Amino acid sequence: MSEPRGILDSPEEKSRGRGASVSLSDLEKSYAGVAAVAGVSLDIRSGEFLTLLGPSGSGKTTTLMMIAGFQAPTSGDITIDGASVVATPPYRRNIGMVFQNYALFPHLTVAENIGFPLKQRGVSKQERTRLVGEALELVHLPGYGGRYPDQLSGGQQQRVALARAIVFKPRLLLMDEPLGALDKQLRENLQLEMRRLHAELSITFILVTHDQDEALTMSDRIAVMNDGSVAQVGRPEDLYDRPCNRFVAGFIGESNFLPAAVRGVESDVVVAECDGVLMRAVSSVRPASGTKVTLATRPERLRFADRPVESGLGVNRMSVTVSEAVFAGERCRYLLKTEGGTSMVLKEASSAAVRRRAVGERVEIAWSVADTIVV
Amino acid sequence: MSVPTTILPSRLVRGSREWGAWKRALPKLTPLLLAAPLLAYMVVFYAVPVVLMLLRSLNDPNWSLDHYVGLPGDTVFLRTFWITLSTSFVVTLSTLVLGYPVALALSRARSSAPLILILILLPLWTSVLVRSYAWMVLLGRHGLINEALLALGLLERPTRLLNTTLATEIAMTHILLPYMILPIANALRQVDPSLARAAAGLGATPWGIFRQVILPQSMPGVAAGVLLVFVLALGSYITPALVGDSREITLSMLIAQQVDQLNWAYAASLSAVLLATALGLIAVAQRLPGVGNAFRMNLR
Amino acid sequence: MSAPRFLLTRLLARTVVGSILLFLAFPIAVVFVVSFSSANYLTFPPPAFGLKWYVAYFGNADWLGPTWLSIFVAASVVLLSTTLGTLAAIGIPRLPGPLRVVASGLILSPLIVPVILVAIGIYYTFSRYGLIGTPIAIVLAHTCLAVPFVMTSVSASLAGIDSRLEQAALSLGATPVSTFWQVTVPLIRPGVLVGALFAFITSFDEVVVSLFLSGSGAITLPRRMWDDLQFQIDPTIAAVSTLMVVLTALLLASAHLLRKRTERLRTM
Repeated sequence: MSEPRGILDSPEEKSRGRGASVSLSDLEKSYAGVAAVAGVSLDIRSGEFLTLLGPSGSGKTTTLMMIAGFQAPTSGDITIDGASVVATPPYRRNIGMVFQNYALFPHLTVAENIGFPLKQRGVSKQERTRLVGEALELVHLPGYGGRYPDQLSGGQQQRVALARAIVFKPRLLLMDEPLGALDKQLRENLQLEMRRLHAELSITFILVTHDQDEALTMSDRIAVMNDGSVAQVGRPEDLYDRPCNRFVAGFIGESNFLPAAVRGVESDVVVAECDGVLMRAVSSVRPASGTKVTLATRPERLRFADRPVESGLGVNRMSVTVSEAVFAGERCRYLLKTEGGTSMVLKEASSAAVRRRAVGERVEIAWSVADTIVV
Repeated sequence: MSVPTTILPSRLVRGSREWGAWKRALPKLTPLLLAAPLLAYMVVFYAVPVVLMLLRSLNDPNWSLDHYVGLPGDTVFLRTFWITLSTSFVVTLSTLVLGYPVALALSRARSSAPLILILILLPLWTSVLVRSYAWMVLLGRHGLINEALLALGLLERPTRLLNTTLATEIAMTHILLPYMILPIANALRQVDPSLARAAAGLGATPWGIFRQVILPQSMPGVAAGVLLVFVLALGSYITPALVGDSREITLSMLIAQQVDQLNWAYAASLSAVLLATALGLIAVAQRLPGVGNAFRMNLR
Repeated sequence: MSAPRFLLTRLLARTVVGSILLFLAFPIAVVFVVSFSSANYLTFPPPAFGLKWYVAYFGNADWLGPTWLSIFVAASVVLLSTTLGTLAAIGIPRLPGPLRVVASGLILSPLIVPVILVAIGIYYTFSRYGLIGTPIAIVLAHTCLAVPFVMTSVSASLAGIDSRLEQAALSLGATPVSTFWQVTVPLIRPGVLVGALFAFITSFDEVVVSLFLSGSGAITLPRRMWDDLQFQIDPTIAAVSTLMVVLTALLLASAHLLRKRTERLRTM
């Protein structure tokens, strides 16, 4: 350990894998008998960027607080690299954390804030100065060390919070709604920057957010939480294309839900009847004939099908009436009614070359079977 | 330590330590250990002395209620108690009348708010002696007010203003006015300004807005101010002694006199009555909705 | 409402509020003016101005002695009440419910219990131990009266601390003890200082307790003023009063600046 080392790893350090693996098993937390987290099991791989996504009250923040050690689980276990940390106090867990509203110490300068975790670990003053400088470089704030947090903009405070959480080389970084207080433009910039940091540091990131865009852009995997448990875990595209239930389909992106009754199963495709029309849908299960199911499709994957050419086994078709048409800049949004009265939404990329549909018009719509899921 | 230390520089990792049972128990005991010195202090140097003194009314010379049984027929006590209550009442009423407009102005002022606040806070934190002395200067036989009245031809010769009950009432109104203004201003500041705007939008006149929107919402502050001023006036001693009528003394002055004459039992029973009156008023007021909150006013 | 009538109402309102504020400030202003009077007796307006009464004050050991005693007493009260009050303000919110109510009730009660009761209660007890006429007795008694102000000030600044700051310190590897010293204490420091200032003013201005406990051996400044006022009201008192008001104003101004700093720390 004689040669000075920085925050970023040498190639050989990197190859060993710096990120911690985290495992939650049957994690539960209840307050006065009411479960905030009801049996969460999750394996987070070393170096992974995992997001806990869910509406407020879904238990995502409580789960994060238990990993950080601020709350003790009612039952279940948390292991980091295979060792249980439930009995370890937060200040011995060696986990970096970025808080909502950043929680920068207002009485300390930026450099003192970032140096704080190093000071707790007895790092020499000289070494501290060097590491703080390096951390400021990493978050693109060189020269800001002497300022106080209230002299920084929201985005700069966020970067300082990030620098402070990684300067002591934790193997796991937790972030609780880190971008929640920022405006949209800044949020998008910082999302990219956090991805870059994740790639450079190659440590494990766990992010808590209620913002699906944030989750989809940044994460390797997303765990969608609802009512204290994990509804689905998967890569962003899997969750979007293959939501396993109605909650996930509705929470991530927008979905059309069509009630249908199963008429048969053809190899991996379910045939179901909706408003007298036969449709095909992909399904992970094989429901028996007659079962009531819900078919989900994404609004941007529907299209108007004026010419009948497009028919075929790979395509579902339906006759609908336009009940509302909204021009929203980059796309047009149509509210449609099926013959059975179900509402559907269709989003079409706007173009001066495409004819806009009028309210009351009867139209045919079509979409791919691959974009139809039984939920 | 659960996180393997192979990759981290060793100096970045704290050595593991045993978390003994006593260390777990300590955080639970810490609050008590922190509060204990002051609590012990307050018991020894405040609660016990006051209670021992009050007990003299019950155990002098032996345990009985004699000192209280006599009070309803005690004309000196009745007269003093009546003067104390009526003075407190007059002072409370006049501070309310004078304090409300100032509180309203303070809660709405923008640029002039600091000035108004200074004009309220400086007297509040100025010694009661200094303020009483100021009224002695103003109300004296050759004081400013007499001289002014003479100069205006309203008086032919100086009149006695100092050492009257009126002097007590004026000086105490002056001294206690900040205690009325601050809780009311506090309550008024919490009134949502959009409510008044909404009422104006619905066609209410300024007077209507005040009476129907602002006044009702300031009532907790008014109740807190009235309570505070009344309780402080009840215990007043310095001001009536300096500017008041020496024949019309307050309960506090009577208590001090009795202590001077070493009539401890009598003084203690009077003290008990004074304390019971103050605590009784507070107990009643605490039951009014919202007063508890407004009572946590900012004395600064 | 028509515009002229509206303006008239506003003018009237301003006049009313202005006169009441004048009522608040005027008596103190009169004391200021009188203190610079050249007359040998109390008269207003003064025939001419001078520093006569300040010279009388600063040249008289009968005034200076009590002044130094009051400063000594107030400083001791500050030390005692700020230490005890700050510790208690940290501990009390974390006590179990019923104990918390009793404890804060006891500590805040001197704000509402008539001072005469505190004064004679302590007089009654202390006289048995020969403490009357000693500065210690006055310090001990004034501390009881000053503690509520320290408590409210420190509690307010503690309540304003975002608990996430303490969590952040823990997550960064600070033990609970170092979190307290490195994060909590710096954040409540302005509140503690404000409490200390009010403790000073409370003791420095206090009369009633001093009347009973001063005896003949420990005459504080307010006690000395009180004695003087019983016999004569010569303008020396005006000079003393003016100095006291100036001191109070300076302390209040410091408290205000400190509070600004607290707010800065809190808005973060």
